[in-house]
Amino acid sequence: MKKKVVSVLLIASMCIGALAGCGGAPKSEGGTDGAEEGKVINIYSWNDEFRERLEAVYQEVEKTSADGTVTTLKDGTEIHWIINPNQDGVYQQKLDEALLKQADASADDKVDIFLSETDYVNKYTDAEADVAMPLKDIGIDPDKDMADQYDFTRTTASDMNGVQRGSTWQCCPGLLVYRRDIAMDVFGTDDPAVIGEKVKDWDVMKTTAEELKAKGYYTFASYADTFRLYGNSIEDSWVKQGETTLKVDQKIIDWVKNSKEWLDAGYLDKTVKGQWNDDWNKSMGSASKVFAFLFPAWGIDFTLKPNWDGAEGAWAVTNPPQEYNWGGSYVHACTGTDNPEHVKDIILAVTANKDNLLKISKEYSDFTNTTSGMQEAAKDNSYASAFLNGQNAFEYFAPVAENIKIAPLSAYDQGCVELIQNAFSDYLQGKVDYEKAKTNFETAIKERYPDISEVQWPE
Amino acid sequence: MRKKRKSISYAKWGYIFIVPFFLCYFIFSLIPLVDTIRYSFFEYYRSGIKEIGPTFIGMQNYTSLLQSDMLKYGANTLILWVIGFIPQILIALLLAVWFTDVRLKIRGQQFFKVVIYLPNLIMASAFAMLFFTIFSTNGPVNSILMSAGIITERIDFMGSVFGTRSLIGFMNFLMWFGNTTIMLMAAIMGISIDVFEAAEIDGCSGFKRFFYIILPLIRPILAYTLITAIIGGLQMFDVPQILTNGQGSPDRTSMTLIMFLNSHLKSKNYGMAGALSVYLFIVSGILCFFVYKMTNDDDPDGSKRAAKKRAKEERRRRK
Repeated sequence: MKKKVVSVLLIASMCIGALAGCGGAPKSEGGTDGAEEGKVINIYSWNDEFRERLEAVYQEVEKTSADGTVTTLKDGTEIHWIINPNQDGVYQQKLDEALLKQADASADDKVDIFLSETDYVNKYTDAEADVAMPLKDIGIDPDKDMADQYDFTRTTASDMNGVQRGSTWQCCPGLLVYRRDIAMDVFGTDDPAVIGEKVKDWDVMKTTAEELKAKGYYTFASYADTFRLYGNSIEDSWVKQGETTLKVDQKIIDWVKNSKEWLDAGYLDKTVKGQWNDDWNKSMGSASKVFAFLFPAWGIDFTLKPNWDGAEGAWAVTNPPQEYNWGGSYVHACTGTDNPEHVKDIILAVTANKDNLLKISKEYSDFTNTTSGMQEAAKDNSYASAFLNGQNAFEYFAPVAENIKIAPLSAYDQGCVELIQNAFSDYLQGKVDYEKAKTNFETAIKERYPDISEVQWPE
Repeated sequence: MRKKRKSISYAKWGYIFIVPFFLCYFIFSLIPLVDTIRYSFFEYYRSGIKEIGPTFIGMQNYTSLLQSDMLKYGANTLILWVIGFIPQILIALLLAVWFTDVRLKIRGQQFFKVVIYLPNLIMASAFAMLFFTIFSTNGPVNSILMSAGIITERIDFMGSVFGTRSLIGFMNFLMWFGNTTIMLMAAIMGISIDVFEAAEIDGCSGFKRFFYIILPLIRPILAYTLITAIIGGLQMFDVPQILTNGQGSPDRTSMTLIMFLNSHLKSKNYGMAGALSVYLFIVSGILCFFVYKMTNDDDPDGSKRAAKKRAKEERRRRK
């Protein structure tokens, strides 16, 4: 008898062991009490940025657990952070899974807020998909509450009918960031105003590039560095709503042509192939011969700073050769949320409250989303950055931000932007000819988006 | 009373103990497998967050795959596998023979066995990441070659077809030769020591010993190694994926079949990915059939033909 009991126990433990290894993690606990607002707010994001901003400015935050996964609010509501990395589309994959299950999920498992980036915001603000709630539906009047936001950020977060379905605390106008020591060596001055004149448009820039080359410097590290200036100013979206034809804009071809010319002329570092790789990171170091980078505020803070190994104050910012915008994180209220009040409160606090946004600007040197606030910051020297040798970058960011016209977006943007750069990398490096690069892009894009039937190239 | 006793069978415990495996296999392997095959006949993908399909389209996925570059990627896979496998099997054979040779008396054998096996313990993706960094244009390898005066201009290893493919082949070699060595050593150690002694007394040279004794006697294991390596090669993914950032660059010349499959999965194109998986499944299935045939041979010579021949002779003699 005893043996039997033991063996039954053994089998049971084996079964449990075998199944537990395969099953998913246990779901969050805490039942709904039938009240209007749920007890758990689930927020999907790809890093801690939004959590840090929220903790910094949202009055209701009481504490965050040590591992950063749960933030408790003063009324006892818990915010659960669901973080998945952006790389390789992992974040979107997880988010999509959750959104598809949204209707059947229990109240505590429902997505309440999720974030998206400019490259794929359009996929989620799509009216037909209806996963991001119109802000009006949760009681925010964008025309009143967000009147001070930069117009293009509001357009970006709106669907085809102009209904705003998201909001952002940041706005990402780009600048030209350059090395002061190289400027001194080549031009005899590191004054942002003088350098700004030398890089004011592409034609003047070419003469400047020639000067830099004569002294053995590269103007930019890689051809990918200039891509956003062309790619974010295209006339028409890559794919028009409801169509399956992808139209490559003339601006993209201009980028290819100019990049080829610049690369062959030696204005760019041939050994740096694209961005976000080791060679590119190294070209931001003190041993590098690269004069400038094109970055928005986050680029200076998150990318340039950690890669710079020299003394502080070696960099400066000035106007870019062409106004552009790069990136931006949008906050959306998810359709079907069980916490509409909290969600409304959070979105207003983090993206529409001027005092809060100025606080973010000061603490994280982020360029935030209030027109009047940024104009003040541009004049206020307490926003100066030590990394830029006491220069107040907002002075340069603010006018760029006001002139940005956001390129028309489509749900296919991220793939187009990534794949066209990849396909033409081979061409720029002389591995394939132009026609082959075009076919390679067509193959890759149809692989990524099976519904694209045809690719049209400009004449 | 007696009858009851007789019917006690402990066999049922055996069945009960293997139930968890079959349950897991059924839920996590068999159902997905059947589903994959089913979806390969459907148009089924995701556009944005909208699901398209599933719509039955018959063999269309299969035919459009044949018209795509699939065969080119198949060739890439084969090339990448061959340039890794040839040095791998040669070095592994050499090391296996050395390590098992009692007369060589190699010192610190255990140490070397551990060392050659180590690369296999590193995650393939981490290994590829490491290679990507040290062979990058501004990486340490270039710097060393430059300062040693061997080259005057930095080599763009990952910019050329030859460079990229060699690096992938080299990595596969490094990762797997230890494993193969240990496998072959086991096979060689299975050969009776008497055979070697007898050969030695007859004045057998090292070369003859290798070609006439060792090679024929380890043939089944050698075949097994070959087939498993081919199947492994068919599934080559992480090394080229990480090294070329998923692009198979330059010009998609190091894109393998599984990388191709992965790019379909990225767009949630279950139909196309399913069809490609079925193709791979068929090829792997054929290879598995061969290995099954070979390992199921009870003849020590390793070939079924020899066994049949012997059986025939036996019968003839009896007559």
